[in-house]
Amino acid sequence: MALISRGFRGRRPDNATADRLPPGQYETKDFPVLSAGPTPRTSLAQWDFVLRDTDGVTVRWNWDEFSALPRTSLTTDIHCVTKWSKFGTRWEGVSVDTLVGEAAKRGVAATAYVMAMSDGGYTTNVPVADLTQGKGMIAFIYEGEPLDPEHGGPARLLVPHLYFWKSAKWVRELRFMQTDQAGFWESLGYHMYGDPWREQRYTGDP
Amino acid sequence: MTSTATPAARRVAWRPATVAQIIEETPTARTLVLDVQDWPGHRAGQHVDVRLTAEDGYQAQRSYSIASAPRDVALALTVERLEDGEISSYLCGDVRVGDRFELRGPVGGYFVWDVDDGGPLLLVAGGSGIVPLMAMLRHRASSVTDESTRRALPARLLYSSRRWSDVIYRDELERLVASDPTVQVTHTITREPPQDWTGFRRRIDRAMLVDVAWPPDERPRAYICGPTPLVETVASELAALGHEPAFIRTERFGPTGNP
Amino acid sequence: MTANAGTSDNMRLDGNAAAGLLSEIFARDVTVARATCAGCGRADSIGGLHLYAQDMGAVLRCPGCTAVVVRATRTTTHLWIDATGARWIAMPLT
Repeated sequence: MALISRGFRGRRPDNATADRLPPGQYETKDFPVLSAGPTPRTSLAQWDFVLRDTDGVTVRWNWDEFSALPRTSLTTDIHCVTKWSKFGTRWEGVSVDTLVGEAAKRGVAATAYVMAMSDGGYTTNVPVADLTQGKGMIAFIYEGEPLDPEHGGPARLLVPHLYFWKSAKWVRELRFMQTDQAGFWESLGYHMYGDPWREQRYTGDP
Repeated sequence: MTSTATPAARRVAWRPATVAQIIEETPTARTLVLDVQDWPGHRAGQHVDVRLTAEDGYQAQRSYSIASAPRDVALALTVERLEDGEISSYLCGDVRVGDRFELRGPVGGYFVWDVDDGGPLLLVAGGSGIVPLMAMLRHRASSVTDESTRRALPARLLYSSRRWSDVIYRDELERLVASDPTVQVTHTITREPPQDWTGFRRRIDRAMLVDVAWPPDERPRAYICGPTPLVETVASELAALGHEPAFIRTERFGPTGNP
Repeated sequence: MTANAGTSDNMRLDGNAAAGLLSEIFARDVTVARATCAGCGRADSIGGLHLYAQDMGAVLRCPGCTAVVVRATRTTTHLWIDATGARWIAMPLT
């Protein structure tokens, strides 16, 4: 056991917020920025969004087309694996259900898993069942304003019931996979699924 | 058992450290003088990781630059209190002489200066970025005592602070300049300069560097430490002025300004 | 050296700040080791690479081409390192 420092308590939640916090988390009123690389600067003119199936068949929307899709909004708590949680964040975007539905009409077949792929090379894997039924969206408005580049703008994946590393910033593509494959952090020891309520931070956590 | 390997090569492990003395440097910065079991020694510019464990096992960890010179008897860290800082609020608040925590290091052999590296020595600090640079100045003061060597190894410090009351090691820097004409210290006070202040009052920019730093053909060794925006600006301006990038070393503290 | 709330261009630190984590894997202060980027061939001290995502581990990128040179994490049970972005790493013995 490590040496204990007298009087050190660290951050602890008060009782009011404790029920809302997954194990091991503390509430923050900030919105910390954590990035695995430099912030990409993709203009809306260059931006597009793609769903790609296992045969390589794709459906693509440019920014104007994407913005014209039916929108959804969500107020939710978010939980970062680095232990901060932020309550009541407000997002607007296009639900993954809408995208999967449109894609199916154009011959792009969903499979059980998706790899989210972002500008800058970041990737993360998510089961499709965790993105549909209202559980996930491609978000481009945060707190009523266009999503800032440092927080993932023009658009990011939002899947708030999982640790926030799964909500890939600067997302450009959802690539369907037959089996679950490890993305950027998952290939380096982070949990393949990442449920904050079961504290699934790392590979091997139950 | 002591190791004969140099600090860069030795294994790093967590060691217990006991607070031997607390020195209030400014209203928001404090130096902790520590007694560390089997401390292997360090080089000026290196840092340590500090780990605190609460009674229930909760742990937190942060890095702090070493303020003391390699030859100083005791290891000293200078910590700036951050508003939301879990560890800095403990180290700048509750901690008492006799308290213990864990330390790992020294680490960071990239951002070091030894007198053997030569000069001239250009140091640029923002806020608590002064800490590792002060270790370098203290190392220089204790190692270079004869006048001709000092003249061959001049040092200039450009130090940006928000207020005069935020300037860490203020008196020691004044004494250093008074006793050693080969050291020059220039302050810029960016937010609330004192009434009678005749010095710089703005963020470090190219014009200030042209004024204070050596010209590039003197080939100074430059060390820049502090909040990321300051470090970015100074490093790119020095490079733009023609200083050799290989002689410019940076230590960014991140946007919060804390190491 | 933790990354907290901040603006985009200010998010990276110097590789030197990863010294503690990397020392657990290498048993030495690796920041003075030189790594050659497998992407563009540029050689840098690890301490001079661009460090991102320090709260999750360490992602060290080439200052020239921004490719990932070294990645490392520390979980409850393991230290992970991916050095495939480095063609080689040379560590001085003294």
